[in-house]
Amino acid sequence: MEKQEKSELVYEYTKRRKEFGRQTLFEDYGPEMRVSIPNNPALYKNYILRNPVDVAIQNTGTMSEHWVNSVRAEYTSSGINHVEGGWPKDINMNDPEAAQRYRRKIEKDDAYIHAVMHLGHSMEHNILQNNAVDMYQTYYSELPSIPPVERSSCHTVNVYREPGTRRPVRSLSWQAEGARLASAHADIDFMRSNRSLQFSYIWDIENANAPDLIIEPTQPLLDLQYNPRDQHILVGGMLNGQVGCWDMRKGGEPFAMCPPHVAHRELVRNVLFVHSKTGAEFFSSSPDGVVKWWDIRSMNEPTDSMIIDLVKLQSDTQSVDKALGISALEYEPTIPTRFMVGTETGLVIGGNRKGKTPLEKLPSKYEAHLGPVYALQRNPTFLKNFLTVGDWTAKVWSEDCRESSILWTYSHHTKLTDGAWNPVRFSLMLITQWDGCLSCWDLLRRRSAPIVTAQLCDEPLLRVRPHEGGLLVACGSSKGTIYLAELSQNLGTADKNDKQLLTHILERENKRERILEARMRELRLKMRQDRDVGQQAAETDPAGNDRDLEEATVEYMQTVKDLQAQQKSIP
Amino acid sequence: MANEAEETVRKLSAHKGVVGVVVVNGEGIPIKTTLDNHVSVQYAGLLGSLVDKAKSVVRDLDPTNDLTFLRIRSKKSEVMVAPDKEFILIVVQNPVE
Repeated sequence: MEKQEKSELVYEYTKRRKEFGRQTLFEDYGPEMRVSIPNNPALYKNYILRNPVDVAIQNTGTMSEHWVNSVRAEYTSSGINHVEGGWPKDINMNDPEAAQRYRRKIEKDDAYIHAVMHLGHSMEHNILQNNAVDMYQTYYSELPSIPPVERSSCHTVNVYREPGTRRPVRSLSWQAEGARLASAHADIDFMRSNRSLQFSYIWDIENANAPDLIIEPTQPLLDLQYNPRDQHILVGGMLNGQVGCWDMRKGGEPFAMCPPHVAHRELVRNVLFVHSKTGAEFFSSSPDGVVKWWDIRSMNEPTDSMIIDLVKLQSDTQSVDKALGISALEYEPTIPTRFMVGTETGLVIGGNRKGKTPLEKLPSKYEAHLGPVYALQRNPTFLKNFLTVGDWTAKVWSEDCRESSILWTYSHHTKLTDGAWNPVRFSLMLITQWDGCLSCWDLLRRRSAPIVTAQLCDEPLLRVRPHEGGLLVACGSSKGTIYLAELSQNLGTADKNDKQLLTHILERENKRERILEARMRELRLKMRQDRDVGQQAAETDPAGNDRDLEEATVEYMQTVKDLQAQQKSIP
Repeated sequence: MANEAEETVRKLSAHKGVVGVVVVNGEGIPIKTTLDNHVSVQYAGLLGSLVDKAKSVVRDLDPTNDLTFLRIRSKKSEVMVAPDKEFILIVVQNPVE
């Protein structure tokens, strides 16, 4: 009945109005079972247990799949028989007559004729072109390839600056097999008041920050050379004339020094090691004109000495007063008893240690330069030729030609300070200039100008020493900086033909000089004969000479007057 | 007029080194030829499609351009093809050294 249902659905309660709005107060109420449906074992028979149960689980993003295809072209495969081109359907191509008739018909066509004329014209041009020249051949394949253009260059790779005050570099020397460079610095200013110790340095070329070892001589060193036999020994010549020896392993102090009373009377400008059994002998030279030989093991006195005084006659003795100051020294280990000196007067004098008389001791003399000879070096491959650098030129000499050099450079605008042969490329001369340039002269390439000139610095370059490998060159400047320059590959190597070519050049120049020498000798002989004859006549007429002098004087005054007048007329 | 066409073809074939001359029409039929029939047919068929391809290459690269001449140099000879709107002129020449 409706009313009864309603009463189940409806729950009525009353509440006083003053109790409205009060907070609700909840109570804990425990669980109360409402319905319980027990299991019915009779239903078990309708089911079987599933064992095992496969459940697939995966934790991936959900993706959907959809595929699309483009519009396809329909292809069919079918065979075609193409023996001859597209004949029209009505003509049977195997029928020669019909084909010929068809062909004739086309030949009569206007378009055909025009086409053939037009095409024939251009075709003819190409046929003739083909006949004239084979366009498709590889041209110039049979010509020999020309050698590539030689590019020479020289650039600085490292700079070694003297720590402390900068003093001019006086000498450079490379260690025999190592990578060390010894540099001697000395400021030759005799009027200087404070005499602080001036050091010289040994540099490891890899490290330009600081020198490897500081050599502390008691006096500034003017020349410092490595022993070519023993890598650790060095000898140096000092400002007061003494020579000393250093051992790199022992430090910067000399282990031996010669006493002052046997030393040179002037500063020692050059020291060089000599070929000897012990490898411990060297000789030194100085502007006092004496060359002394020393032995490292006993430095108390020189083993030998020679005064460089050229005497004319066999009987004259050499004296130190007339000796010529020496500015360059040269020694070649393969010619043990001979050496050469360059003097401050510009002469190059060859010396023989084994000579008995003064004439034998200094057999040869060359008038090299107008000023002191700064550098003197034999060519390592052509021992008969040597290089001298002095005044403003560099000259190459041959031992047989006494009168003049066989090759020379032009007179530079700047003074040339030092020169050396490149040990590997024997035709290359390296020359340093007063304006800071290193110029390389290659006798095989160009003799009128250097092939490379590199401006290494602004101050004058004083010394140059190439490394025995031939590619590196060390140059020392007047501010105490050493520039290590590297030559390009072609300057540091020698070709197999080079030796032959250079021999030819030197021989040719030598011959030329000898011919000139012979001619000069003839002329001089003739002049002497004339003079001898003429002297007898002139003795009777001394006044004649005066008359010539008078005439010459008058002429001279006349020209001077003319020039003065000319100058006045030009305002 | 037809004589002139004949003259031209004869003159071309008379040049030094020329092996043969073939004139092919648009359908690939050799109209005038100085070679044997089967050789001419071969040339006509093969070169016709090559000329079409070459023409389309030139036109594709630059639509204002057009193929004027085609030369195929091989070890033994040279084939020169001059295309026209409807006809193709083929000349086979042996290079003179």
